Amino acid sequence: MFESLLLVSTKYSLIVGFAVIGLTMWFSYWLSAKFTRGRVHGSAIAILLGLTMAYFSGAFTGGHKGVVDVPLLSGIGLLGGSMLRDFAIVATGFGVKIEEIKRAGKSGVLALFFGIFSSFIAGAAIAMAFGYTDAVSITTIGAGAITYIVGPVTGAAIGASSEVMALSIAAGLVKSILVMVVTPFVAPLIQLNNPRTAVIFGGLMGTSSGVAAGLAATDAKLVPYGCLTAAFYTALGCLLGPSVLFLAVRALLPG
Amino acid sequence: MIIYGVALLAICTLVGISIGQVLGHLLGLPANVGGVGIAMILLILSGSYLNKKGVIDPKTEQGVEFWSAVYIPVVVAMAAKQNVFGAFSGGAMAISAGVTAVVLGFALVPVLDRMGKEKTQASKSISSPSTDRV
Repeated sequence: MFESLLLVSTKYSLIVGFAVIGLTMWFSYWLSAKFTRGRVHGSAIAILLGLTMAYFSGAFTGGHKGVVDVPLLSGIGLLGGSMLRDFAIVATGFGVKIEEIKRAGKSGVLALFFGIFSSFIAGAAIAMAFGYTDAVSITTIGAGAITYIVGPVTGAAIGASSEVMALSIAAGLVKSILVMVVTPFVAPLIQLNNPRTAVIFGGLMGTSSGVAAGLAATDAKLVPYGCLTAAFYTALGCLLGPSVLFLAVRALLPG
Repeated sequence: MIIYGVALLAICTLVGISIGQVLGHLLGLPANVGGVGIAMILLILSGSYLNKKGVIDPKTEQGVEFWSAVYIPVVVAMAAKQNVFGAFSGGAMAISAGVTAVVLGFALVPVLDRMGKEKTQASKSISSPSTDRV
């Protein structure tokens, strides 16, 4: 019987994804209304539930892809994959006012550079505090704090060990997950309630998945503004990581 | 027809992502340079152009709006496929590096917000002192 179910769920994987995620959404909005009186947004709870399920799936299956590694649930991978994610993000741009983007444009570009440098310095400083002394490891871990893609790309370019690369990926994952979870709670404190700050936020955080989910849980109207700047972040990080940032670390290190 | 909206969205997405990919290749980067952002701007521009021409009817709009509305569930699915276990088993260093980066990022949002605003407000008050609040 399990085999027939497995057959259906692989053949109709995307449909399973719709059903499972739909039920998760319904349950989350019910929790939100019942226990928090809507104060904690239903989408924030849904994202948190998704991450929790991913944690336990990882713990039990030993895989790297969250619930996708659980048989029957592989369709969630297609629904939450980069193809449909990007398609849906672009769709949110419909109805965006071009004037808003123009007005925040300069701050957005500035935010990209500030975001990459501040994340890198944070990661590099922590690496040094934990006893790393060589420029290659410090740069790779700092780059991981930019995003979990910039970390291994930089590490591969400058010849980091695979353990350090794994650490840099973990640092980037922590960042992106934290942005997903914490953004709705921090948003009121940093005025993250208008297109302008959303553009800046996207540039500073940069992790596409973190920004996409963090803004969705805060106010879905802000999503296109944040994702617009975040779209340039990883590429800029990959450009700066193995070049400017690595050279700077090597120049600043004693000996 | 609804499919016109979906097709418009698909064409903008494909063109934008392709431009981003080619840009990355030209710069020698293993990453897509702003593909999603370029696609979004294409959709905004072509959408408003076609709207002015009166080509877009409510049905066509629905084709885009559906995908925009499906955005949050897609993000929830994306959250469910993250390597959360891997992130937390990365040890104290990986966790503190990630946390510090995020704290700094949040702290910088109001700073950058103020930086840009002071300039625009200053220039506005010079040009038209009567409308200093916009």
